[in-house]
Amino acid sequence: MLNQTQILKPQLRRERRQLAGGVVWLAVLIGAILAAFAAPAAEAAVLPEDRVDVMYHRYEGDEITIEGPSVLVRKKVGKNFSFDANYYVDTISSASIDVRVAASRYEEERTQYSFGATYLHNKTIMNAGWVKSDENDFEAETWFVGVSQDMFGDLTTVSMSYSRGNDIIRATGAPDFEETADRQSYSVGLTQVLTRSLIASVQFETITDEGFLNNPYRFYRFLNDTGDGFETAREIYPNTRTSNATALTAKYYLPYRAALHGKYRFYTDTFGIVADTFEIGYTHPVGNDWILSLAVRHYTQTQADFYADLFPFQNAQNFLARDKEMSTFQNNSITGGVVREFDNIGFAGIEKGTVNLTVDYTQYEYENFRDATVTGVVPGTEPLFEFDASVVRLFVSFWF
Amino acid sequence: MLKPLIRLSALLLLTAGITACGSIEPWVKPYERDLLADPIMALDADPVSSAYIHHVHESREGARGAQGSAGGGCGCN
Repeated sequence: MLNQTQILKPQLRRERRQLAGGVVWLAVLIGAILAAFAAPAAEAAVLPEDRVDVMYHRYEGDEITIEGPSVLVRKKVGKNFSFDANYYVDTISSASIDVRVAASRYEEERTQYSFGATYLHNKTIMNAGWVKSDENDFEAETWFVGVSQDMFGDLTTVSMSYSRGNDIIRATGAPDFEETADRQSYSVGLTQVLTRSLIASVQFETITDEGFLNNPYRFYRFLNDTGDGFETAREIYPNTRTSNATALTAKYYLPYRAALHGKYRFYTDTFGIVADTFEIGYTHPVGNDWILSLAVRHYTQTQADFYADLFPFQNAQNFLARDKEMSTFQNNSITGGVVREFDNIGFAGIEKGTVNLTVDYTQYEYENFRDATVTGVVPGTEPLFEFDASVVRLFVSFWF
Repeated sequence: MLKPLIRLSALLLLTAGITACGSIEPWVKPYERDLLADPIMALDADPVSSAYIHHVHESREGARGAQGSAGGGCGCN
């Protein structure tokens, strides 16, 4: 039988390894910054443009509506600094099918603030920032640092970033419930000009989570004693998760003025999920003032090792999940966008403006997640769940 | 788990060092980058919009990361 010390030792070793990994990563980041300062002065990279974006967003699907504003302001200060701030709100009504099976509908609001600073030195751009997200039952705080460097005649840009976040998870109606989670992300990227008309990038990101990782409102279901119905119990997730994602993106300028882009992402994690994402899109200007775009996206994933739609009995295994996001499924999206540009506005220092409307339509099809709200059938024989979702992004942007 | 990342970072640092020592002749000259400079060629033209759609995807899919966004809660019960 294991004693307390034996149980703690692997956890301590894991924490030490994670701490050592974080320290090494920060050292590498600092080294990269110092190397950038040691490089001879040359043509400069550029800071983000001064701009303001005001967006209204709306998601509808699976009987949920989420909507709200997002406002981003970016402003340069002097020649070397740029600052940005973002305010974002999600107003959520109703609940997804995962919650409807065992709990009541609700309304809530999530508010997110972020602040960032960017510093330019020769061909190097460094940035750091902080993000805070508040819900009545969930708080998340994240800070991040990053560096990017132009090289090889400015044909290549290499970037690295690190972020760390802390979550506090609570549950409405359970005042004594409070859990925490710690999240770290390590990312490296490379963007390469390949020809006069072709640019490509590759990005790799590892994310590690530790703590309470499941949703306190979600339940798994298991057959009751008689086998003619089911009962529910709270999910149990592992306390750690590590994921690796690699994304390849390419964009090509067509012989006439239009652009074609493609993206592929490969994903794996320690929950056992393997996912592929494919995307291809086309951008086509019309005259001097309009830009039309069209994109399609396909996403597919395998289930987590501890997922099941219906467990044979309560506590059938050590970890139990029935989130549809942990099941085997796929979705297909089509996205259409239209942009109207306004030049030479000449009002309040505004140089240029755009009005943008983007609409996404997505079909989700689940392979082993059933609609447990259907009654009058033997558990495990309900129809497979599927739903359609639409996303609207309407925003104006100003450059000044 | 972090070993590949550390190796990759070391490679990137080495690359940065090489650039500091001497310049490589760019095969696409600065005056040949007019097409790439066209706004329709931006890899992320509208950060607010792309950050939002990445959040929508990450809230409803098991996969995450390598999309250029960071932080935040879920709003996905």
